[in-house]
Amino acid sequence: MKTNILPAIKLTVFCMLFFMGIYPLLMLGIAQLAPNHGKGFMVEANGKKYYENIAQKFTDDKYFWSRPSAVGYNAAGSGGSNKGPSNPDYLKDVQGRIDTFMLSNPGINKSDIPSELVTASGSGEDPNLSVQGAMVQIPRIAKARNMEEKDLKLLVEKNIEKPLLGLFGTEKVNVLKLNIELNTLNK
Amino acid sequence: MKRQRQSKLFEPALVKEAFKQSFIKLDPRILFRNPVMFTVEIGTAVMLGVCVWILMGENTQGSFAYNFIIFIILLLTVLFANFAEAIAEARGKAQADSLRKTREDTPAKLIQPVGELYMDEIIVVSSSKLQKDDVFLCEAGDIIPMDGEIIEGIATIDESAITGESAPVIRESGGDKSSVTGGTKVLSDKIKVRVTVQPGESFLDKMIALVEGASRQKTPNEIALTILLAGFTLIFIIVCVTLAPFADYAKTSIPISAYISLFVCLIPTTIGGLLSAIGIAGMDRALRANVIAKSGKAVETAGDIDVLLLDKTGTITIGNRKATNFYPANGIDENAFIKACVLASRADETPEGKSIVELAYSRGVQAVTPHGEGHNVTFIKFTAETRSSGIDFENTRIRKGAFDAIRNLCKQAGNNFPNETAEKVRIISSNGGTPLVVSENEKVTGVIELQDIIKTGIHERFERLRKMGIKTVMVTGDNPLTAKFIAEKAGVDDFIAEAKPEDKMNYIRKEQQAGKLVAMMGDGTNDAPALAQADVGVAMNSGTAAAKEAGNMVDLDNDPTKLIEVVEIGKQLLMTRGTLTTFSIANDVAKYFAIVPALFISSIPVLQSLNIMGLHSPQSAILSAVIFNAIIIPLLIPLALKGVAYKPIGASRLLRRNLLYYGLGGILIPFIGIKLIDLVVAMFV
Amino acid sequence: MNTEITGIIFIFLTTLVLSYPLGKYIAKIFSGDKTLLDPVFNPLEKIFFRLSGIDASKEMTWKQSLVALLVINAVWFLLSMFVLMCQGWLPLNPDGNPSMTADCAFNTTISFVSNTNLQHYSGESGTTYLSQLLLMLFQFISAGTGIAACAIVFNALRERTADKLGNFYNYFLKSCTRILLPLSIVVAVILIFRGSPMTFDGKDTTISMQGDTLNVSTGPAAAMIAIKQLGTNGGGYFGANSAVPFENPDYLTNIVENASIFLIPAALVFALGFYLRRKKLAWMIFGVMTVCSLILIAPTVYYEMKGNPAIEKMGISQPLGNMEGKEVRFGPAASALWEITTTNTSNGSVNSMHDSSMPISGMNAMLGMMINAIYGGVGVGFLNFFIFIIIAVFISGLMVGRTPEFLGKKIEAREVKIAMIIFLIHPLLIMTGTALASGLAAIDAPMGWWYAGNATGWLNNPGHHGFSEMLYEYTSSSANNGSGFEGLGDGNPFWNITCGIVMLLSRFLPIVGPVAIAGLLAQKKYIPESSGTLKTDTGTFGMMVFAIIAVLVGLSFFTALALGPLAEHFTLFAK
Repeated sequence: MKTNILPAIKLTVFCMLFFMGIYPLLMLGIAQLAPNHGKGFMVEANGKKYYENIAQKFTDDKYFWSRPSAVGYNAAGSGGSNKGPSNPDYLKDVQGRIDTFMLSNPGINKSDIPSELVTASGSGEDPNLSVQGAMVQIPRIAKARNMEEKDLKLLVEKNIEKPLLGLFGTEKVNVLKLNIELNTLNK
Repeated sequence: MKRQRQSKLFEPALVKEAFKQSFIKLDPRILFRNPVMFTVEIGTAVMLGVCVWILMGENTQGSFAYNFIIFIILLLTVLFANFAEAIAEARGKAQADSLRKTREDTPAKLIQPVGELYMDEIIVVSSSKLQKDDVFLCEAGDIIPMDGEIIEGIATIDESAITGESAPVIRESGGDKSSVTGGTKVLSDKIKVRVTVQPGESFLDKMIALVEGASRQKTPNEIALTILLAGFTLIFIIVCVTLAPFADYAKTSIPISAYISLFVCLIPTTIGGLLSAIGIAGMDRALRANVIAKSGKAVETAGDIDVLLLDKTGTITIGNRKATNFYPANGIDENAFIKACVLASRADETPEGKSIVELAYSRGVQAVTPHGEGHNVTFIKFTAETRSSGIDFENTRIRKGAFDAIRNLCKQAGNNFPNETAEKVRIISSNGGTPLVVSENEKVTGVIELQDIIKTGIHERFERLRKMGIKTVMVTGDNPLTAKFIAEKAGVDDFIAEAKPEDKMNYIRKEQQAGKLVAMMGDGTNDAPALAQADVGVAMNSGTAAAKEAGNMVDLDNDPTKLIEVVEIGKQLLMTRGTLTTFSIANDVAKYFAIVPALFISSIPVLQSLNIMGLHSPQSAILSAVIFNAIIIPLLIPLALKGVAYKPIGASRLLRRNLLYYGLGGILIPFIGIKLIDLVVAMFV
Repeated sequence: MNTEITGIIFIFLTTLVLSYPLGKYIAKIFSGDKTLLDPVFNPLEKIFFRLSGIDASKEMTWKQSLVALLVINAVWFLLSMFVLMCQGWLPLNPDGNPSMTADCAFNTTISFVSNTNLQHYSGESGTTYLSQLLLMLFQFISAGTGIAACAIVFNALRERTADKLGNFYNYFLKSCTRILLPLSIVVAVILIFRGSPMTFDGKDTTISMQGDTLNVSTGPAAAMIAIKQLGTNGGGYFGANSAVPFENPDYLTNIVENASIFLIPAALVFALGFYLRRKKLAWMIFGVMTVCSLILIAPTVYYEMKGNPAIEKMGISQPLGNMEGKEVRFGPAASALWEITTTNTSNGSVNSMHDSSMPISGMNAMLGMMINAIYGGVGVGFLNFFIFIIIAVFISGLMVGRTPEFLGKKIEAREVKIAMIIFLIHPLLIMTGTALASGLAAIDAPMGWWYAGNATGWLNNPGHHGFSEMLYEYTSSSANNGSGFEGLGDGNPFWNITCGIVMLLSRFLPIVGPVAIAGLLAQKKYIPESSGTLKTDTGTFGMMVFAIIAVLVGLSFFTALALGPLAEHFTLFAK
């Protein structure tokens, strides 16, 4: 036992030096070569910078809305609702979101609402929507912005992010980018 | 042929005795040794308490009748398990009793040296008074009072009391057939026997103790299995204890009877109840094969044997080699040659020697006596060094022996070894015969051919052993060429030719160093070290006391192929335990599906989706599961006693087969069984 | 074909294919053969060992190895307790986060030392950068400990009789430097270039398009994410783990991270085959593991993509499936695959919230942890599988009428005893833990110091799902997994302490047990195979192991699973 304590302490110290020191510093060095020096991807609009991958809260009728967030879009305290699929309170919440959505988006079919629009994301910062999730919001935005629905549809289609290599994963749009382009299209 | 081989599993007398024992074994002090059944007994006691409690006015535990039925079924479960053990013991005991009869006091004619002339005096004492090294006399019609070794005389003996074999056997002093067993009967002649065991330690005593379970110790595999089963029992204790707060959370109240039923159904009662019966039955099967194992461990080890050493003579070939032909060398008169052969064999007491004389007679050669008999005649005994024997008289020296031994003899005397004789020797050897070269005054006169007769069916038996993964090794004193021929013809994997006793020993050591388990059979005193060294040493009952002491099994039939049966018995023993364990655990799947939905029918009705058997009601479901759990024990008693059939089809195929029968079968059968019982039970509740 | 499905097939297959060459490489490291990285690491390790006063060439017995393992882990425990309880005033704390309470530090320390990475704190606010770096250190060295223990067992299973089974420190350091570090660098670089932060700047505050203030946590995340996945640690940099866009920015990183989760555990199986020159045995083990994982993955993917019937009834559409707690960029299929692989392997990182997945998915995730050997945690996964093998060998040996042998060594009472005890620990800890918590919740007991409020307060969901939350927490702790039904209010003394104890016992006993069995076997006489020996590298024996796993785990946990996820499932899908 005793013979092991000192070597253990010394070995731990060297491991600290190596894995807490050298390894992260090496990564930090490599990060300087990466876009934005490893501080997360940014998009710029009107001289303002936004984190491309972090969802923002959009409540205005003239913007595409992001998915609900269980943490109020707080990117310093990520999290989901952690509600179970059979929880009656949770189901009431979802029903409430559907009703609200129907009120703000008159004239759409309930069955056109994809579930991600009324369910909270895992991180509370999901920056994406499915294509259907964007499309279903077009009538409301068109009305708010006085635009042709067809132009908006084109805009959404232009912004579709295909699955990886067209083969793997989901098809989606980035809500922030969509809204930035929306603003450039129509002030 | 063999005694009681075909006896029925459930003879009324045995059943009656076992029935009585099942109740005696309810004593917790006895049952404590079997942890699984002991916990069931505790559960039974608790249920009895619950019944009393209800009678005293408790009303949250369900009806008295229902609880009482559960109590009765649990009690039956324990009784069934006890019965399984008791019937196995009773069967053993029945054997022991028949043996014990032969042990009853018999008069012994003790020989005592008396007077100054050391004249022997015979006094008749009770056999129980005989001490080790006493010498007694037995004449025709006497029962031999004690195990011993013949020191003088020869006799035919009826050993049917021990072996069930009615044909009498010959026992004589000296050599490897000098041992006699107490309880057997002398049919002819007169022998002096020295007692070789202490009172109470004879083979009969040991055998009786063994089958009665007095000296039954758990074998290593049995201990390991008991640990495994205890582990399973602990898992289900955890499951049942934690179910209480789980149920509280689900706002369900579960009566005590349901907890206990669930617990008893889940713990491996089937194998737990049959485990000791399987062990006893294994010993019993060995005994039925007329093999006395000195411990259960020996039987179990037999199932693991990798290498089997078998003496050629008597095992692979029928009896001994026999002389079949005389081949005189060129220019030697055949008749003279045969006479020389007879002369050389006169003092040769081996079966081969005798067969030479017999063959000579059949060829019309009359008894011959050397010239000047009684004067300068010297018989030369066979020794391992000279590897030849013969006779010296007057100026004549006749020798017969192995090819190279005689060749050396001739060469040393400056004589050539004729080529045609060498050719003859080669031909005989390569045909599986044994050539004995005969010389007169160091000149080759001819060759005697000895032939072995291989037993019919032995090839198939070795094939079977090979499929079991056992390597067979033939041990023979023959030269390598002959040995090879017979080995190939009989289908053994390897052979030790020109074997000296230490060769056997070395071979065993070598195999053991490579991690193999070795079994061998032997009878002679010079086999004793090898028997002791082997992992399983089977001594023949006819063998010397030293051999019997050294081995860990004794074969009463003196049948050298018995090892094959012993191996199968060992394997059967393990397999029966393994398959019933699998069966027992697999049964739990169905029991869960019967009981869990029943427990939560009122509080979580959706769990009825798990009631895939569509059982009638919660009560009938629980009752059916408990009843199934109880009656499966007696239903499996025949299997436990007879053992699962061993088929030499290779380990993987055997596993697949047993997994299918006892694993998958173990999952499906209770689904069917519980459903059927439920159909019946539903008529009453 | 649906691109979600092709995506997960691609992830699954690519990982398994990659694990083969990696296994070969690991086997070389264990046997001390030459590898590509020798010129870099040979001198480095030499310096490490010389300065630490360790003679890495001196072989140890299994007992000496275990003592060395336990002592160094004790050192780490003390180090971590100190740093976490003092992090408030230690350097690298740009956001001014406070020190941890004793019970939280206890839980976190055990959690990271035991390779569990259960996080009863939130990464963004509960720790400082120094603590995060320290926890990252543990992600290396706790994984290295597991791999080293595995290497000792491999060594013991070789065809010979031996006392000395290699040097623990040697295996440990080489596992960290030559297996975990190079792979971490590769993964971290990919993450950095796909948008994961790697910076020591503090929290960033931005203004959103609509004018709201938006706080964004960053930090040296990429370096930690790489090792958390590769070392089956799972402790994320951010609270919501790999669901957070910074931690797992897109589908490509999701492929890389998900592959990293079970790459080394699968590779270790092949490493066994190469190291012992028993490739067929490796394929048997690999086959059983893969079949088990497919059995758990398929229904999970099905139910997640099918969606929630309760939401179906509301009249909206679920084109993707059950999206509560999931990210659009991954979709339900990739979330389901991750959910199962992360629980199979004792990783515990998440890219969706397991609490919100369908009951069958939750059950399968728990089953993965209850088995805890489907690839399993780095090193320890094989150790757990080894226990199942020992039990299977014993029973099947009896079934073919021969004293059981594994790799030429007899399995006897002592080995069976240890194997049974180690197997028992898992159900014991999970079931009694859940019994304690659910019993308290049943009577809604006031908890005093242990928890502010009554016991049901820690449930985020009522009924069967609430039961599942408690069951999941102890299952995750006992499997050293670290994922959670995160709705559970676990940041309090009751959960910190009980889960801490569970993690501690379930980490070290299942290392000690298999190493002891292997050590005992190594000392036994080697028996060469004969045709009567039951071959353990066949499909038949694979079936046997599978049956043993299925039946043992099923029987142990059936009641709990019936009352939690199964009851919820039947309720949800009732007609």
